[in-house]
Amino acid sequence: MQSEMSVSLWRGGEDGAYVTYKVPERANQTVLDVVTWIQRNVDSTLSYRFACRVGMCGSCAMVVNGRPRWTCRTHVSKVAKNGALQIGPLQNMPIIKDLATDMKPFFEKWQSAKGVFEPSKTRHDPIEEIRPDTPERVAADAAVECINCGVCYSACDTVRWNGDYMGPAALNRAWSLVNDVRDSGQAERLQAVASGGGCHSCHSHQTCQQFCPQSLNPTAAIAGLKRRTVQAYLKGDLKK
Amino acid sequence: MNVRLYLWQRMTAAAMVPLLIVHLAVIFYATRQDLTAADILSRTRGSVAWALFYGVFVAAAAIHASIGVRNILVEWTPMRHRTAEIASIGFAILLGVLGLRAIAAVVLP
Repeated sequence: MQSEMSVSLWRGGEDGAYVTYKVPERANQTVLDVVTWIQRNVDSTLSYRFACRVGMCGSCAMVVNGRPRWTCRTHVSKVAKNGALQIGPLQNMPIIKDLATDMKPFFEKWQSAKGVFEPSKTRHDPIEEIRPDTPERVAADAAVECINCGVCYSACDTVRWNGDYMGPAALNRAWSLVNDVRDSGQAERLQAVASGGGCHSCHSHQTCQQFCPQSLNPTAAIAGLKRRTVQAYLKGDLKK
Repeated sequence: MNVRLYLWQRMTAAAMVPLLIVHLAVIFYATRQDLTAADILSRTRGSVAWALFYGVFVAAAAIHASIGVRNILVEWTPMRHRTAEIASIGFAILLGVLGLRAIAAVVLP
């Protein structure tokens, strides 16, 4: 007989609860496979998100046995505790239903951190050559592979304590743009991340870099923003 | 916390490092040398140097601590930001008054 494992899934909205299911154990299965198995075989009303299933899109992040992870690239064998899994929605975001959270506040903070590229040239200008070994390009490179999964935002204590805090992902994005020599919106960006809820609210707990599935280091990006904004403030480039 | 508060907190922290070392060294010196209260007062009364030293120390401590208290109130209590700011300014004034009173007691002739 095939062995089974016990999987608890969060069901319902904010006032929901964990419900336990029995799922067949396979030699190779990801946490996302387990959730999908339950949705296909036990309860088709289960809500959750996924798209690419190969760790590119950042849709399937959930809290697995207490820590946020990208479920499509997380093998059950690596995270199950005594053959059991507890899978909940990402923290620090409102729960819509079951494992799906409302990521609106997360992306709104990308906007408030000025995480949008502001071009300095038009389509009629020649393409600007950026040497890959310049310090700016190297610094941008370190932060650029974010897949917007929300794992760092879910893991961050400061986000939990301070509703205004922009969070690691938005500030990490701002840092890659601060190092983008083609961008023309630097003054507004530094102003935005230097305000209340910006980079100076970070306590450098480093859970973001510990849990980031892409092995990025948002704490280092935020430290870079702290340095850059302090320099701008001392030069008088920032408004109060 | 914005860049202005961040900078003030870091600058006051940096200023307090040497002040704290001197402060601790003085405590060790006074206890090792068995200085009495009268001995200490005879050195501090009328001393502009000690008044300035502890005056700067008290100001730095009051600013540094109140910014930290503001952050704690913002993060750990349901208090509004404005209320937390007012409470922390009150805390800074309290620390400043208590500190300056203590300095006055030992440096005024």
